[in-house]
Amino acid sequence: MVDFGGWDMPVEYSGILAEHEAVRTRVGLFDVSHMGEIEIRGPRALDLVQHVTCNDVSKLSIGQAHYSGLMTPKGTFVDDLLVHKFSDTHYFLCVNASNQDKDYAHIRENNKFGAEVENAGERYAQLAIQGPRALELLQKFTKTQLASIKYYWFTRGDVDGVHCIIARTGYTGEDGFEIYFAPEFAEKIWDHLMDAGKPLGIMACGLGARNTLRLEAGMALYGHEIDDTTTPWEANLGWICKVDKGPFLGRETLLRQQGIGVARILAGFEMESKLIARDGYTVLEGERGVGTVTSGGPAPFLKKNIGFAYVPPGVNKPGTKIGIAVRAQTAPAKIVTTPFYKRKK
Amino acid sequence: MYPAEFRYTKDHEWLQVNGAMGTIGITDYAQHALGDVVFVELPKVGAKVKAGEVLGTVESVKAVSEVFSPVSGEVTEVNSELSTSPEKINQDPHRSAWLVKIKLADANEAAKLMDSKTYTEYVAEKEKEQTA
Repeated sequence: MVDFGGWDMPVEYSGILAEHEAVRTRVGLFDVSHMGEIEIRGPRALDLVQHVTCNDVSKLSIGQAHYSGLMTPKGTFVDDLLVHKFSDTHYFLCVNASNQDKDYAHIRENNKFGAEVENAGERYAQLAIQGPRALELLQKFTKTQLASIKYYWFTRGDVDGVHCIIARTGYTGEDGFEIYFAPEFAEKIWDHLMDAGKPLGIMACGLGARNTLRLEAGMALYGHEIDDTTTPWEANLGWICKVDKGPFLGRETLLRQQGIGVARILAGFEMESKLIARDGYTVLEGERGVGTVTSGGPAPFLKKNIGFAYVPPGVNKPGTKIGIAVRAQTAPAKIVTTPFYKRKK
Repeated sequence: MYPAEFRYTKDHEWLQVNGAMGTIGITDYAQHALGDVVFVELPKVGAKVKAGEVLGTVESVKAVSEVFSPVSGEVTEVNSELSTSPEKINQDPHRSAWLVKIKLADANEAAKLMDSKTYTEYVAEKEKEQTA
């Protein structure tokens, strides 16, 4: 046996399958303090965020968040991120850990608006409480009426006596919350949530389950579905690409690509045998290689093997039969609509 | 933990020799490192393998891992139960979740592999590296 995937702990605590199931049916707790935070302040904070991201920040209300892309001048992804509006002059960005420094440099480089840009990752720990019983658990620790926070909205409030940003967001496809607070309280809040969560069947969850959950829920992962060679159109993320909002980085390229169409597009697929597709495997149409798997693996809750791949337009039509080159074999698969999994509201 | 009657490879396969026959599996260390096993691909009965060559594939939720044959020989039996219950590799890697049985081509090959004491030390060293 070689190559255990190059993963470091805490990839898993009790096992990815058990953790995945806990989040789908009960509640799971993730330490995602590695995520980066960047804060933008000043009278022209909106102009800066509007300039570097592709979603329309002017549509956000105070206390609202949205998913977006940090754009290169070519309309490709520097990163994907959540933009939270604290006030007209203060925005809070949650970015990928491995991209944080690059993102910060990129935002500063394009800061022709005199806004204050702070690389604030060191000031925040982040815990994600996810699953159908997340609200019930977190409510035990706060006076904030969590049920009144709508999906993709947030508020400030105390959790376990610690001042937090409490956001109803997540990366699992379940209901849940992500809380941001000063790192010195992380261990205490973690321990208290784990203890109080015991009767609810809580499980500590690692990066392994985070990945299977987001894939099953049809969410992109930077470095896989999106990177600085892919555009929102290609990544099937047109819903965050508001080219009509006015000028922003990459808009010209994105408008051009919108006109002529994309050469490849992200599609979800489902394996039709027991074979498992993995990142980097070739997508076949007949004998011909037409694309590459960006993420692939088991969908534990659906009990299927699924994946995302870039394929030529047309091939992405649900129901299209494709093959995946798995070692020496061609494994049958078919294109399906995403998300693969959608929770019952 | 690691049966004294087995021989072990650096790649975490075990071999149990019984006369001219050998049984091959992956070690407890390997199943633990892989995590939840969800798929096993084994050779066909009659396949001829050489020591160090790919014998099959074990996939967990997070990773694909090739299994290398500890010795040369001809596959005489495969554990077909693993195709429907791959999780047995996590539950009982040294016993019921054996992978293949093989007719040994060279009885002396097994002697080149680690004994259980050496392997136990080898694994302890690996674990130390990982926590360092």
